Amino acid sequence: MNFQIALLLGQDGITNGAIYALLALSILLVFTVTRILLIPLGEFVTFGALTMAAIQMGKAPALEWLLLALTLIECGLDAYHFRSNLGSKRIQTMVLKVAYAVVMVVLIQMLPLAELPMAFQALLTLALMVPLGPLMYRLFFQPLADAPALVLLIVSIAVHVAMVGVGLLLFGPEGARTEPFSDTAFRLGPVMMKSQTLWVILVSILLIVTLFLTFERTLYGKALRATAVNRTGARLLGISPVFAGKATFGLAAFIGSLSGILIAPITTLYFDSGFIISLKGFVGAIIGGLISYPLAAVGAVAVGLIEAFSMFWASTYKEIIVFTLIIPFLIWRSMTSHHVEDEE
Amino acid sequence: MMNAVMKPKNLMIVGLLAILLAPLVLPVYQVTLLNYIGLYALVVLGLVLLTGVGGMTSFGQAAFVGLGAYSTAYLTTTQQLPAWLEWTAGSPWAGLLVGLILTAAVALFLGAVTLKLSGHYLPLGTIAWGISLYYLFGTMTSMGGHTGVSGLPSLSLFGIELDKGEKIFYLIWAVLVVAIIITRNLLNSREGRAIRALKGGQLMAEAMGVNTFRSKMVIFLISALFAALSGWLYAHTQRFVNPTPFGLSMGIDYLFMALIGGVSSVWGALLGAGVLTMLKQWLQDLLPMILGSDGQYETIVFGLLIVVMMQRWPGGLMSLLVKLLPAKYRQSHDIKLNDQAAELPRRELPNKGDLVLEACDVTRKFGGLVANNQMNLQLHAGEILALIGPNGAGKSTMFNQLSSVDTPTEGEVKFLGQSLKGKSSREVAQMGMSRTFQHVKLLGTMTVLENVALGAHMRGSKGVIPAALHLEREEEQRLLKEAKYQLERVGLGDYLYEEAGSLALGQQRILEIARALCADPCVLLLDEPAAGLRFKEKQALAELLTKLRSEGMAILLVEHDMDFVMGLVDRIVVMEFGEKIAEGLPEEIQTNPAVLEAYLGGAE
Amino acid sequence: MSTANTSTVTNTGPGKPLLEVKDLRVAYGKVEAVTGIDLTLREGQLVTVIGPNGAGKTTLLSAIMGLLPSKGEIHFDGEDYVSPEIETLVGRGLGLVPEKRELFNTMTVADNLLLGAFQRYRRGDDSYEQTLSEVYSLFPRLWERRQQQAGTLSGGERQMLAIGRAMMGKPRLLMLDEPSLGLAPLITREIFRIFADLRRQGVSILLVEQNARAALKVADYAYVLEGGQIAMQGPAAELANDSRVIEAYLGLASKHQELLSS
Repeated sequence: MNFQIALLLGQDGITNGAIYALLALSILLVFTVTRILLIPLGEFVTFGALTMAAIQMGKAPALEWLLLALTLIECGLDAYHFRSNLGSKRIQTMVLKVAYAVVMVVLIQMLPLAELPMAFQALLTLALMVPLGPLMYRLFFQPLADAPALVLLIVSIAVHVAMVGVGLLLFGPEGARTEPFSDTAFRLGPVMMKSQTLWVILVSILLIVTLFLTFERTLYGKALRATAVNRTGARLLGISPVFAGKATFGLAAFIGSLSGILIAPITTLYFDSGFIISLKGFVGAIIGGLISYPLAAVGAVAVGLIEAFSMFWASTYKEIIVFTLIIPFLIWRSMTSHHVEDEE
Repeated sequence: MMNAVMKPKNLMIVGLLAILLAPLVLPVYQVTLLNYIGLYALVVLGLVLLTGVGGMTSFGQAAFVGLGAYSTAYLTTTQQLPAWLEWTAGSPWAGLLVGLILTAAVALFLGAVTLKLSGHYLPLGTIAWGISLYYLFGTMTSMGGHTGVSGLPSLSLFGIELDKGEKIFYLIWAVLVVAIIITRNLLNSREGRAIRALKGGQLMAEAMGVNTFRSKMVIFLISALFAALSGWLYAHTQRFVNPTPFGLSMGIDYLFMALIGGVSSVWGALLGAGVLTMLKQWLQDLLPMILGSDGQYETIVFGLLIVVMMQRWPGGLMSLLVKLLPAKYRQSHDIKLNDQAAELPRRELPNKGDLVLEACDVTRKFGGLVANNQMNLQLHAGEILALIGPNGAGKSTMFNQLSSVDTPTEGEVKFLGQSLKGKSSREVAQMGMSRTFQHVKLLGTMTVLENVALGAHMRGSKGVIPAALHLEREEEQRLLKEAKYQLERVGLGDYLYEEAGSLALGQQRILEIARALCADPCVLLLDEPAAGLRFKEKQALAELLTKLRSEGMAILLVEHDMDFVMGLVDRIVVMEFGEKIAEGLPEEIQTNPAVLEAYLGGAE
Repeated sequence: MSTANTSTVTNTGPGKPLLEVKDLRVAYGKVEAVTGIDLTLREGQLVTVIGPNGAGKTTLLSAIMGLLPSKGEIHFDGEDYVSPEIETLVGRGLGLVPEKRELFNTMTVADNLLLGAFQRYRRGDDSYEQTLSEVYSLFPRLWERRQQQAGTLSGGERQMLAIGRAMMGKPRLLMLDEPSLGLAPLITREIFRIFADLRRQGVSILLVEQNARAALKVADYAYVLEGGQIAMQGPAAELANDSRVIEAYLGLASKHQELLSS
C-alpha cells in the first residue's frame, strides 16, 4: 500500500465514518430518551436514498401513500383513545396531519419530479420521511412506554423486519444510486477528492454542531436531555414521554434519511441494505457504552476507517472485522463493571 | 370422556401416540414439514429458557444452528481432514461432538463478555456474532461458499439407516421430547429456582447467595447447545448445508416463533414453531398473489403480528390457550414433599455475647450528599438491636453498607472479624448474613414454598446436570423440607402452594423472614419487618424473634413501629442526618430529648 | 380540648374548593395502600397531611398527580379528571415536589430551574424569566450554584432546587412530599418560612409531612392519615394541641406525653 492508496481509503473511510457517526448519535439519542434501541434506523437511510432515487427518475416513490395510510391509522387510534373528550384542539391537529399527508400525495403526483432542482428533491424526500419517525413511535412504541427493555427491543426488531418488507413492496428489489450533488472534483496532494465526500463531511459536521447547540442551548433540547436523565422528574414538569418519543424519533428519521440522501450518490443501496449500515452505527454506540456521545462518534468514524482499510487487505472478511471490533470494548466494560440490577 | 382426555398426563400420552403414528398416516410433504417444526422447536425451546424464563434474549441462535450443521458437514464431507481431526473418520457422531464443543466455546466467550453488562449487550453481541458467522460461512471456499456443500451421509442408529424423512422424524421428535423433559426438570430444581429468579429478582437472588452470572451463563449455554443439536440434525436430514438458513433473519424468526407461541412455557416453543412455519408456507403462497409480485412479503405480516402481540398479548398464544382452559385443567403446582427427608446440617452459631457485626466509622457520600457520617455500631450474638430514626436519616444506606450491597466511602464493616471491603453481597451471604428487603422482593408467580427454598440455595450443592436428569431428588427434598419447616415456624404453613404474589403485604414480609432463615444465618438483618402487620401478627413475629435470639441469633432491625421496637429489642441506635444521635436501652431512648426532638420536628 | 376527629368535621371556610378528593382508593397489585380518602383544599389554603410512615401519604400525592392509577373522584378547580395525563395536570396548574426530588443530576442548577417552566415556555408565556429571578432571590444559594451540576448539591440545596423548580411552573396548587426529609433543623425552619410566604402570595399548598409540629404550625387545615385512611382532621391549630395526634402518629408510648407537651 502506498500513500496514495492510503489517502483514497482514508477518504472512503471518513465519508462512511461520518455517516456512521450520525447514525450512532441518533441511536444514542433515541436510546437514552426512550430506552429503545432503534434497529429500524437503517430503514430510514434506505427509504431516504431510494425515495430520492425514485424522484430523480421521475417516478412517484409510493412512500406518500404509506405516509397517508399511517397518518390515517394514527388519527383513527387517537380518535378512539380520546373518544370521550375529543376537544376541538385535538380534531384540529388531526385535520392538519391528514391535510399534510394529502398535500404530499398531491405534490408527488403533480410535480415534474425529475426536473426539480436537486435541493428541492432532497427537501421533498425529507418532507416525506421525517413524519414517519413520530408516526412509528406513536403506532408501535407509545402503547409500550412502560414495557420492559426486552419488549421494546423485540418490537424494535419486529418493526425493522416489517419495514424491510415494506421497502421491497415500495421500491422493488433493484438497487439505486442517485446523482452526486455536484460534479466537480479537486486535487488534494496526489489524490482526486470527490466533491460528494466533502458534502458528506460538511453536512455531518454541520448537523453535529446544530444538534449540540440544540441540546445545550434550547429549552426543547434540554427537555429531551432531562427526559434521558430522569424520566419521572421530566414528567412532573409536564415534559411528556410522548412528546420526547415523537421528537427523538422525528430527529432520528431526519438524520437517517438525510444520511441516505448523502450516501446515495456514492453507494448503491437496496431495500434491505439499511440493517448492516445501522449496525455499524450500533458498533459506534456500543464503543460509546450506550451513553457517551463523543466516544460513540469517534468510534463510528473508526468503524468507517477500519472498514475501508480492511476492504483493501481482506475484503472478504470486511464485515467480520468490523463486527468483531466490539469485542475488546465488551471485554473492557465487563472487567470494569460489577453491578447486579433488576431490569424490570 | 372429554375430562379424562384433558388430564395433563393423558394429554401427554395422546401427544406421544400422535407423534408415533404421524409418519405412518401423513403424506411425505407433511412429514417433512413436521421435521422442520421439530427442528425449529428445539431451537425455540432454548429461547423460551433464555427469554421467557431468564429475561434475556439472543438473535444469534441461527448462527449456533449453523455452527452445529457446518461442523458435522465439514467433518463428514472433507476428503482429507487435517491430521489432528483424523480420529473423527468422517463420523456424524464425531461431528455432533465437535459441533457441541465449538458451540459451547463460542457461547461461553460471548456470555463472558456480555452477561455482566446491562441487558442490551447480549442481543447486540449476538447480532454481531450472527452476522459475522454468516459471512464466514460464505467465505469458506472448502465448504462451497454461498452455494454450500452437499453429500452429507445420513445418520444410522442401531443399524437402521435414517435416510428418509419419515425415519429421521422419529429421531428429531425423540430428541425434542427429551429436551423438553430435561428443561422442565431443570426448572423444577434448586438450579431452576435460581434461573427463574433472574427475571426481576437478581438483587434478591445474589443476597441469597445465588451467582446470577453463572445462572445466566447456564441458560445461554443450554440454549446454544439445543440450537447446535438442531443444526446437526438438520444437516443430516437435509444432507446439504449452505449459509442461508443460518443468517440473522432466521435468528429473528426463531425469536418470533418463541414470542408467538409464548415464551413463558415450554409448550409455547412447540406451538410457536408450528404456527409460524405453517403461517409462513401459507403467506408465501398468498401474498405474492395479492401484491402481484414475488418477494418475501410475509415479513411485513410477521413484523406487525409481533408488534400487536407485544402490545396486546405479551404472553403469546399459549397464554391465550391456557386462559381458555377451565381452571381445573390448568397446570397445577405439583411439588411433592417428603417429610422423611433428612434434615440439612446447621451452622455452628457464635457464642452468645460474641461480637459478630461491627461498623467502624462508616461514611457514605453520594455526590454532595453525606448519607452516613462516621457511623459506629456493634451487634452481638443473641441480641436484637434496632436502628431507628426519622425518614431520610440514612438508615437504609446504613443497612446497605452493613449487608455489603453498597461500599462505604470511608471506614469499614467487619463481620465475624473479617472486613467486608470488596466482598459482594453473595459472599457475605455465604459467610452467614441473611436479610430481608424494605420493598419486598419475591417472585410473585412462584409458590411460597419455592420462594423460601431459594433462601436455602447455598445449602445445596447439586448442579445443572443432576438437576436436568432429576438425580438430585434427595437433596431437593431436604431443601424443600427445610423451606416448609421455616414457613411453618413463621406461621405461613397453610400457604405453601399459593402464589407468593397473592399473599397480603404483611405476609410477604414474613415470607422474606422465612427465606432469610432458610439460609441458616448467624446474623439476620430485617428491614421494617413489622410494617403492614396486624396486631396479632406483630405479636407472633415478636415471639419468633425472641426465640431466635434465645438460640443465639444476632438480629438487627430497622423499624418505624415504636411499640413493636420498645417491647422487643435489647438496644437501640438512633440516627438523624446520617449520624448516630443516641444509643442505649429502650427506656433510655424513650426519654432522650434529642430523640424526641428528632421525631417531633424542631421548628422553633 | 376540641375533638376534631369525627367525620362530621370538614374543611369549610372561605374560598372555593380547589382540590376535592372523594373516596380515593389506590392499590399496588392486590394490596390497597389508600382505602377511601375524602379530602378538600380551598383556594389559598395550606393544607397538611401528616401521619406515620407507611400511612399512604406519598401514595395519596402520587395518585392526585396522576402518577398512579386510582379509583374514586378527584376534582381540580371544579373539573374532574378521569385517569389524567400528568402533562395536562401540570398545564392546569398542579405541581409536585416528590419525596425523591427527581432532579436532573447531570444538568446544571440553572437548567433544572428553566425546565420547571417548560410548559409555560411551550405556551409562549415569557414571564418565566421573572419567576426565575424570584426563585433566585428566594434561594440565594441556588444563584451561587447556578452553574453547578445538580448532582453535586447537598441535601438542603437539593430540596431548595426541587421546590424552586416546581415554583418555576407557577402552579396554582403546589404539592410537597416530605420537604423536611433529611434536612437539618435550621434549613427546615427556613423552608417552612418560605411555605408561609408562598401561601401569603396566594399559592395553595398541599403539604405532606412527617415533621408534625412544623407542619401544623404553618397549615390552615390538617388531615392525619393512618393505615390508608383519614384518622383525624380539623383546623391545624386545634390538631396541634390534640394529644392523640401526637400519640397516634408518633407511635411513642403514651407515658411520654408529659414530656411531649412540656
